[in-house]
Amino acid sequence: MLQQNRPAGEFLAGMRAIFPLIIAVLPIGLVFGAVSATKGLSAVETTLMSALVFAGGSQFVAMDIWTHPASWIGVGFAALLVNIRHVLMSASIGTKMQSFSGIKRYIAMLFLADELWAMAEFRAGSTRLTPTWYAGIVMPFYLTWVGSSLAGALLGAFLGDPAIIGLDFAFPAVFIVLVMGFWKGPETGAVLAASGIAAVAVHQFVPGVWYIAAGALAGLAMALWRGRAREQAA
Amino acid sequence: MTLDLNTLLAILAMAAATIFTRISGLVLIRYVEIDENRRTAIEAIPPAVLMAVIAPTAFATGWAETLACAVTAIAARRLPMLASVVVGVATAALSRAAGF
Repeated sequence: MLQQNRPAGEFLAGMRAIFPLIIAVLPIGLVFGAVSATKGLSAVETTLMSALVFAGGSQFVAMDIWTHPASWIGVGFAALLVNIRHVLMSASIGTKMQSFSGIKRYIAMLFLADELWAMAEFRAGSTRLTPTWYAGIVMPFYLTWVGSSLAGALLGAFLGDPAIIGLDFAFPAVFIVLVMGFWKGPETGAVLAASGIAAVAVHQFVPGVWYIAAGALAGLAMALWRGRAREQAA
Repeated sequence: MTLDLNTLLAILAMAAATIFTRISGLVLIRYVEIDENRRTAIEAIPPAVLMAVIAPTAFATGWAETLACAVTAIAARRLPMLASVVVGVATAALSRAAGF
């Protein structure tokens, strides 16, 4: 037990816990780098995005709607919408960080990603969540994401037109898998239907990325409406 | 190796938006109680956003894309993420080659 409480032991325990997810994120990072290269981003730009944003979902969305020259309002707004779930994740894990000093809590939150959040919640359920253990899961995961993006960007230049091998479809495919991961029954189905219909309609008639905001708002309105209907029925 | 100014601005905007979402939960729990309704609303946002992003590809691009989206969704119920993505990409490539 004493061994477990040593900082080095805690750090290694974190690294062991995150290892399977490192194997899973490595190819995703490679794909991100490869397709960002075909969108005209340099290896430096791709690596910088992975290092500073460090949120796969929003980076994939940004590539999907990328324009030349880049629109900071468009991708910034899209990142805000896609990552709004972090608010809830950060609020939840924030209540389990008693071992963290004030400043360490904020530093830890800068590296909050879906996978790291899930591991930290799981850890907090069974034992005390420490800053050292958290650093043990963050450091290898962060370095793998940034490193594999760089490797993918360097390799991507040799791949040619992504549409021929279907690589451009990697982004929508990742999103579909993520959407299915959020599935919680008919409630989710209603939200998805509202969002999909609104997005397609707005996409047909309004240029730019407004269809994303339209879909998000329609899905949100549907969730609130169903929630209220359920409350009145109860 | 180039760094375009517009691209840099776009990356910084994304980083600022993401940092804002990551920090605000921590700030929020100091002042606000998150009740059932607020939780439902916040949980609906990620699937709604992702659906909005893929909807034009899934329903308004072409039959190859629609088919590949459907196959990916079915694969995602059984297979891990990377395998589902590979299946989806292969479906897109094959159905485009077949002329859909």
